[in-house]
Amino acid sequence: MRKIGFLSWALWFGYAFLYVPIALLVVFSFNESRLVTVWSGFSTKWYGELINNDALLSAAGLSFQVAAVSATLSVMLGTCAGLALSRFGRFRGRTLFGGMITAPLVMPEVITGLSLLLLFVALEQWVGWPDGRGVTTITIAHTTFTMSYVAVVIQSRLAGMDGSLEEAAMDLGARPAKVFFVITLPLIAPALVAGWLLAFTLSLDDVVVASFVSGPGSTTLPMVIFSSVKFGISPQINALATLMVLVVASGIFVASLVMARQERQRKRDEQMAIQNG
Amino acid sequence: MSAVVAILSRVGLWGRGVVVAIPYLWLLLFFLVPFLIVFGISFAESIIAQPPYSSLVDWLRDEDAGTSKLQILLNISNYFRLGGDDLYILAYLNSLKIAAVTTLFCLLIGYPMAYAIAKADPARRGPLMMLVILPFWTSFLIRIYAWIGILKGNGVISNLLEWTGLTSGPVEILYSDWAVYIGMTYCYLPFMVLPLYSTLEKMDPTLLEAAADLGSRPFKAFLSITLPLSLPGIIAGSLLVFIPAVGEFVTPELLGGPDTLMIGRVLWNEFFANRDWPVASAVAIALLLVLVVPIMIFQHVQGKQAEAGR
Repeated sequence: MRKIGFLSWALWFGYAFLYVPIALLVVFSFNESRLVTVWSGFSTKWYGELINNDALLSAAGLSFQVAAVSATLSVMLGTCAGLALSRFGRFRGRTLFGGMITAPLVMPEVITGLSLLLLFVALEQWVGWPDGRGVTTITIAHTTFTMSYVAVVIQSRLAGMDGSLEEAAMDLGARPAKVFFVITLPLIAPALVAGWLLAFTLSLDDVVVASFVSGPGSTTLPMVIFSSVKFGISPQINALATLMVLVVASGIFVASLVMARQERQRKRDEQMAIQNG
Repeated sequence: MSAVVAILSRVGLWGRGVVVAIPYLWLLLFFLVPFLIVFGISFAESIIAQPPYSSLVDWLRDEDAGTSKLQILLNISNYFRLGGDDLYILAYLNSLKIAAVTTLFCLLIGYPMAYAIAKADPARRGPLMMLVILPFWTSFLIRIYAWIGILKGNGVISNLLEWTGLTSGPVEILYSDWAVYIGMTYCYLPFMVLPLYSTLEKMDPTLLEAAADLGSRPFKAFLSITLPLSLPGIIAGSLLVFIPAVGEFVTPELLGGPDTLMIGRVLWNEFFANRDWPVASAVAIALLLVLVVPIMIFQHVQGKQAEAGR
């Protein structure tokens, strides 16, 4: 009995540790005073200032663009990689391939950032591309480190999935590409959505790699936040953080609703198939 | 759509090759080759030019003699600088220490959480896990920023302590090693809970029942059954926290004091403040050498888990 008490205590402590800082952040975004930690009255003026902060808004626009493009690219590449790792058995160079997929998951960001920057500089010297650094280089860098996460998500979905549907389609004479588009792709659709959202979030969150590979005129939102936070706290950042938390929370909520509905639909379809068969 | 399917079906035979080749080539070009370039530039000399490093390979033509020669200059002074300067060695040791303490804290907070969730009612496990992962989806930078307001003098903790009368003046925890421990534990906690939960959840509960039937105390049963069986999760989680934590830059930069030396910060300053790209590259290579064994263990564990999942 005592043990269960300890466990639930530990669980609630853990959740408090995770959520109290975020809750405080949201509360103080409505604070009248510039002093972020002393409550002096309710106000939404920091949100008003946020809307008029052009530098921040244009950085946010750039970040969303980079995140959307790199998440889409990384879902394409990551799906190929996850498929290769979980369905193709042994192929030449598989060990190296697996290594290159898992290493970016733990690679310190400063190393990833520096190495990609040096690659872009060297490529510019050798082949003249990329011409300077900016949106393109940030997008490529983000695609590279997020595709590993997508590949792992896809791989685990494929590993947990029964391969017999694919085999049945193959036995009935469907070509591999047709099997992929007609059978596998719809089945792993939730993982594709999860992978895309993960890649999008990781890209939107990155300050270190982007700082290395960005050029003049291409400042992302995290870079703006980072430099303003370095000079101390400001209620505007609290307001921005609150909006980001709101967007993320509603995004996750909608995604989980959609996925739950799809799951129910799939179960219903299976039931029907069993009854009819 | 059907036209695409038809075309792709026709190329089905070499389609598999393409599926592997595209991500493979991408990773070779943007992940593996960059490391070789970093390795190469760590042997270059810092010069004032664009880009700011000397080239290693030169094709020299002697017009008088009519001969040419290939000259390869390897400058190893960058590495001597790393070994000879206390700053770098201290930064490496301090990074390892901070990463180890962070890993320990994550384990101490994360293990009971993962255990409690794995023991919860199956219907509640999903939402409880979701609550652990959710903060991970909000910006990392914002989460670090949240702690600045809590830890600074006249911040939330300081005001709370003063209000309860435990201290008489403001307490500044910000800009210290402790602030870095707290911030990093906070950010990396989900990475510890996830693998721990997935091993603990798979554990067979009848083993514990058998131990209890044979008269084992719950705590003894935990030590001799649960703990060893969850070892793969402990290793995976610890590596997932420890490896990136060694190279961490943002947290020590925002929460740490000027004397909180970490190798990620040193690398950043060599690159951005001193514009010494070759030394920054040497720092990166030395960091990779420190991390290569943990990374290989991580890959081994990860590979085994992927196999087991099938």
